[in-house]
Amino acid sequence: MIKFKNGTVRTLLYVILIIYSMSIFYPIFLMIITSLKENREIFTRPYSLPQSFNLDSYIRLFKISNYLIYFRNSIIITLTSLLIILALSSLISYVLAKYRFTGSRFLYFYFIAGLIIPIKLGTIGIIRIMLGLHIFDTLAALIIVYTAMGIPFGVFILTDFIRLIPEELSNSARIDGCSEPIIFFRIILPLIRPALAAVAIINFIPIWNDFWFPLLLIRTDNVKTIPLATALLYGQYETNFGLIFSVLTAASLPVIIFYLIMSRQFIKGLSSGALKG
Amino acid sequence: MTEVFRKKKRYFILLFLAGGFIIYTAFLVVPILHSMFYSLFGGPGIVPKEFVGFQNYIQLFTQNPFKERFFGAFGNTIKFFLIVTFFQNVIGFFIAVLVTRRFVGSTFFRRIAFLPTTLSVLVAGFLFTLILNPIWGIFDKFLEVIGLGFLVRPWLGTPSIALVVIAIVTSWQYLGTSIIFYTAGIDAIDSEVLEAAKIDGAGLLAEVRYIIFPSILPIVGIVTILIFIGDFTQFDIVYAMASPYASPRYGTDLFGSLFYRAAFFPIGRGGWGMGMGATVATIIFFIVTIGVLLLLYAFRMKGIGRKKE
Repeated sequence: MIKFKNGTVRTLLYVILIIYSMSIFYPIFLMIITSLKENREIFTRPYSLPQSFNLDSYIRLFKISNYLIYFRNSIIITLTSLLIILALSSLISYVLAKYRFTGSRFLYFYFIAGLIIPIKLGTIGIIRIMLGLHIFDTLAALIIVYTAMGIPFGVFILTDFIRLIPEELSNSARIDGCSEPIIFFRIILPLIRPALAAVAIINFIPIWNDFWFPLLLIRTDNVKTIPLATALLYGQYETNFGLIFSVLTAASLPVIIFYLIMSRQFIKGLSSGALKG
Repeated sequence: MTEVFRKKKRYFILLFLAGGFIIYTAFLVVPILHSMFYSLFGGPGIVPKEFVGFQNYIQLFTQNPFKERFFGAFGNTIKFFLIVTFFQNVIGFFIAVLVTRRFVGSTFFRRIAFLPTTLSVLVAGFLFTLILNPIWGIFDKFLEVIGLGFLVRPWLGTPSIALVVIAIVTSWQYLGTSIIFYTAGIDAIDSEVLEAAKIDGAGLLAEVRYIIFPSILPIVGIVTILIFIGDFTQFDIVYAMASPYASPRYGTDLFGSLFYRAAFFPIGRGGWGMGMGATVATIIFFIVTIGVLLLLYAFRMKGIGRKKE
């Protein structure tokens, strides 16, 4: 094997990684600067920085659509379904990790099976159930679907995590007269916070960005989510580049900023998910 | 006394399981079973009422346009999956090996890698559609500047190229996930083992071949299975870059877009009625399940084989 001088290898490593990061940054950068240009400038000077920060297309976007309502809907749906996923899957995981009863192993596999079932394929049935429950075209419909979608992964991660908690902790609480549910809330729940964070973080992106279910379950304008609104606005104003780029930027910037602030937690959560498998 | 205690215990177990069990069963398991059930029904109207047995399946596999669309989408989905798997596993692994070296800025690169995954597939799809748009010409001009102008072509207008392009955009977006998974695996390798290898004079290639690769093989399996499940129901990228009609000429049609049209479009505009839509969903479900089981089997076998060596 040819041995490079250390410096050469290092330079090569940086060059490759810089090219890779450019391929990530540039499209996103292009999206943001284009959204700040005037329509004519987009075509005459596509690569350069905007001559002035022109917010016209954003003003127009907020005029022609109820963008703040879509944003609010996306936040409500994501937060609520994450909370319900955490609550329900930690309760299930506690029972499956700490109690043996007939069918407990089967139940564990029953929930885990959801990891490989693409929920999209059940959409025909989901629509009919939502219509039957009179919650078709509501935020609740999306929240329930995302909850069902998130439970398998939650149970998968949390059951393993709770199993690792030594039984002595629960036993000493039992001696102190705590009932089983109280043990869960007082002892277990505080200890599994890192795992709860991992579950929330891994579920956050697919729920926030989901397009399939809003497309099929939502009709009314004031219950639309950001991905659905993005697609509809794109279809409607395809030729108006300035507006389109502001639509794309408005859809992604909040998540990008959130990610940049929380990136350490994101990577920790994802890594723990990877190693669990 | 013990009897009462036990009963109480049981009661609380049921209570803890109930909420999640009901939602998971009613909105994930039952809808899948519902599709299997309705795949046996046909007839006009939104809700198929006429029991037709396996006729939908027979039609799907033997009659056009069903047969043509189904096998077209099947072939495209496999190609799409292979391209994405190649990029995410090979390039993902390569970059993961690079960013786990000790150097200034390694955490920065790790964090950046995941950035595209935070975007929605739609945004990535629309963004690259615009970048590849010949009228705006950002990408084409770039190729001309670096002297590759002869490569310029209608990227999303040629069936064979369009599928590759959307597969590359998907890989661009999800490469970060495999990089993070692989770096997690490499970081978890006992540093003593790596030190020992270095003392024995193992170069980077030997280290990758004999230590890194075997120990992250299970993660390669997870990444591949995740890609498999995602790609076999991928819809958003087709919608964003090629419309639900998977233009040009169904060249980018994947199982996700086929199912969408078949089940939810009006008959005559690409829809095949709900019974046939359920049939398509059921077939995809079985393909995904069998595929995942095969992949699980394949990766587990390799892992065991390696340990025995």
